[in-house]
Amino acid sequence: MSTATATEPASDPAQEKLTKKILTADHPTWCPGCGDFAVLAAFYKVLEKLQYPHEKIVCVAGIGCSSRFPYFVNSHGIHFIHGRALPLATGVSLSRPDVHVFVFGGDGDGFSIGGNHLNHAARKNIRLTYVIMDNYVYGLTKKQTSPTSPEGFKSKTDPTGSIDRPINPMKQLLASGATFIARTHAAQVKHMMEVFERAILHDGFSVVECLSECVMFYNGSFDDSTPRKGGVYDIIDESQHDVGDDIAAFKLADVPTPGKFGVFYEVDRPSKNELEQRWIDSTQAKLAGKSQKDILRDRLAMMR
Amino acid sequence: MSTSNSSSPTSLRNAVIRLAGNSQDGIQSIGGFLARLAGRTQKDVMTYMTIPSTISGGPSIFQVHLGSGEVLDPGDEADVLVAFYQHSYDAHFSSIRDGGVCLYDSGEVTELKTERGIKNIGIPFTQATIEAIGGSARDRGKNMFVMGTICAVYQLDKEKLVGIVSRQFGKKDESVLRNAMLAFDAGYAYPVGDLGTFEFEEGIHKDEHRLSTDGNTLMSMGLIAAGVRYGSAYPITPWSSIMETLRSELPKYGGIYVQAEDELAAVSMTIGAAFAGHLAVTGSSGPGLSLKMEALSYASMAEIPLIVINVQRGGPSTGLPTSVEQSDLLQAIYGSHGDAPRIVLSPKDVEDCFYIAIEAGRLAREYSCPVIILSDQAISSRIEAFTEPNLDEWWIEPELDIAPRPEDFKPYPLDQITRHAPPGTKMLGGKYPTVTGLEHDEWGHPSGNAKMHQQMTDKRRNKLIALSKKLPLPEVYGDAEGDVLLVGWGCTYGPIKESINRLQSEGHKVGAIHLRNLHPLPAGLDTIFAKFKKVLVVEINDVGVYGYGQLAMILRASLADPKIESLCKTDGLTFRIREIVTAVEKTLAS
Ligand SMILES: Cc1ncc(C[n+]2csc(CCOP(=O)(O)OP(=O)(O)O)c2C)c(N)n1
Ligand code: SF4
Ligand SMILES: [Mg+2]
Repeated sequence: MSTATATEPASDPAQEKLTKKILTADHPTWCPGCGDFAVLAAFYKVLEKLQYPHEKIVCVAGIGCSSRFPYFVNSHGIHFIHGRALPLATGVSLSRPDVHVFVFGGDGDGFSIGGNHLNHAARKNIRLTYVIMDNYVYGLTKKQTSPTSPEGFKSKTDPTGSIDRPINPMKQLLASGATFIARTHAAQVKHMMEVFERAILHDGFSVVECLSECVMFYNGSFDDSTPRKGGVYDIIDESQHDVGDDIAAFKLADVPTPGKFGVFYEVDRPSKNELEQRWIDSTQAKLAGKSQKDILRDRLAMMR
Repeated sequence: MSTSNSSSPTSLRNAVIRLAGNSQDGIQSIGGFLARLAGRTQKDVMTYMTIPSTISGGPSIFQVHLGSGEVLDPGDEADVLVAFYQHSYDAHFSSIRDGGVCLYDSGEVTELKTERGIKNIGIPFTQATIEAIGGSARDRGKNMFVMGTICAVYQLDKEKLVGIVSRQFGKKDESVLRNAMLAFDAGYAYPVGDLGTFEFEEGIHKDEHRLSTDGNTLMSMGLIAAGVRYGSAYPITPWSSIMETLRSELPKYGGIYVQAEDELAAVSMTIGAAFAGHLAVTGSSGPGLSLKMEALSYASMAEIPLIVINVQRGGPSTGLPTSVEQSDLLQAIYGSHGDAPRIVLSPKDVEDCFYIAIEAGRLAREYSCPVIILSDQAISSRIEAFTEPNLDEWWIEPELDIAPRPEDFKPYPLDQITRHAPPGTKMLGGKYPTVTGLEHDEWGHPSGNAKMHQQMTDKRRNKLIALSKKLPLPEVYGDAEGDVLLVGWGCTYGPIKESINRLQSEGHKVGAIHLRNLHPLPAGLDTIFAKFKKVLVVEINDVGVYGYGQLAMILRASLADPKIESLCKTDGLTFRIREIVTAVEKTLAS
């Protein structure tokens, strides 16, 4: 699709193997014990497995503790503004079919200030993978209520406990039209890696809610889904759940906290990337190899 | 134009025709046909129209100023008013010049005024059209009848006019063209009493390919010539037609224009495409530009090249969405948080929309920062005729530079302008860049270091200072020294130039400059100002609390010159020649 004359080098057979060492960049600025470390480690591992060309990996984020992610991955990256990582990533994905776009961010970034963008990137089925590191709180701004904070959660903006009903991320994503929707947990590294890999290999908009504890401002938030703390990690049994059935997925999303984990929904639907390319191809087919300059020349001549 | 009874046509250089009716009468389309004809007959043209801001329609006008010589304004007053209804007659009779003509629908207009030597000529537009086409068509087609009459009175090139109409209607059902031509012929043959006929002198644009279109269409073409292939926007009047044009044109060039969910997303997607290595454009009108401000500060900080178009309209808020105003200058230059330098340009007329788009693309790339183009409602919607651009000279081939970057690559070098390495670029040093909105060091690492923030702030500002020194000083039109210098930007270009013509012909020593580069301003304007006793800045915005319009305020702040004064208005209309001439005469007398 790229129209520009790319000065791309011939593919390099001696491409260095991607390793954790190569992918490691600045040392993360997260608090010790923050769940986000595990998410980063899992991402390195999946990239090691997939072995994409190093220069084709792009990490995008908005603002938040979790959104610092791109600094910690040695790849092309962009740290943008609060809530707008998805539209920025949409611009990258649609204009550069040759690269792999990964978006990272928090619950505030994704479900609050960026909530509307999530709906639209999902329904348009933009080709990218989005990991929401959900800690049920605003970490970077030091403990305000987030749209996923449970009722009763005491924060600096709800000193007597949150009174607003939190959103149900899985239901919201199902309603928005995303084509791959999953839920995982930063303390379940193996499961997280499996889910990430499936999300990345999905052609279209894949989104993963990853519970990731903020030890600083919401310690113990996910104990009820952490087996070594006495909780239950209840993984969806895909022999019993048809991932193409959105009604069944809604029912799974209704399971009370700590809820279910795994792939809720996955369906094949052409991405916007593909649909736009089809339109380009059919438009250009009618122009029978006319040069771009001549296309414009002819268009101007219509104004004579 | 003067009326005459003789059979030989009276020769003339200019004619202003105002068509007044309702928006559903098709006066825009015949105005458009006449404007296009001007382009095809070596004439100049400028149109002006009002659009009711409701979809259901309402009173509307289309004014066409045709000229054998340069046409710089849509015309202060009409030589001929065509009134379709009594309300059109009542509302626009005062716009006819002394001794002018009013053609009215004698089946609709019953109460006539007799004043200022204006000749009232009644023609049953509606009835005659029904008779010509046959009953079932009702009054559809009376616009074509009127165009036939105008074509006969002004001895316009009938063959070419019919050609333009056929091309337009040719795509539709055969009967549409047949009925249109029946009405046209009836209007052409209708006897208009003792009005006589007129003939234009030969146009000045012989042997040139002339195009005629509106500013938004031409801006879209300019963006394509500049190498823009990607971008995103959200609909808003009067910006929308640019995004509509790009949406349907860009696929031909392999590009994509995305309709975003809002302006926040639109600017973000555009920055995404720019980060990905493309020249990309977003655009809006006043309220939408306000929504983009946070991301535009980001683009200044992260040094992302991109083009942002703002087709200004009456504000604040929803304001006067279909009227002209130039009240977004300060928003364009300073509207964001933090010290966020960016470039601001403004086209002077329709033709300039093409070249300013190319200029914006060039500057965005060269200075790696956002470039805002301030167009306005008047330029966006009016039609002008102009010389076809030479694409061999202006075409820019889009280029995505993902050649490997050397080991010593720094995304934010202090001593050079930033050149990002877009995704897909191999970094030979092994270290991949993160583009950032946090203050950063030369390698893009976040840095709260006080000295670094000062140095990077200097860097982002100094590139604009370097640009201001490179910009040529604007040419002075009229006298290079004298009593009053007029300063304009955007759509005031034509009216100011025409005002200088009139003032000079009255013996005044006056000159004018037009500023296309509004931020940074070209260095050295003070040398021009020094040659005049007074400087009057003409702009369509409010004088504000301190008595100066937005550009005047910036000029006073940057040059500290007390000679600078303001001529401002916010009546939703472009400047009339008379308004400027009167203001200059007042200044001269003071
Ligand atoms: C426009 C804007 N509004 C507010 C902020 C302040 N802010 C930064 S991060 C953030 C919330 C972060 O919460 P979340 O997205 O959940 O990320 P976390 O830090 O928890 O990982 C807020 C309110 C900002 N940077 N920009
Ligand atoms: S504040 Fe919370 S989310 Fe942020 S780094 Fe610390 S533990 Fe992690
Ligand atoms: Mg959070």
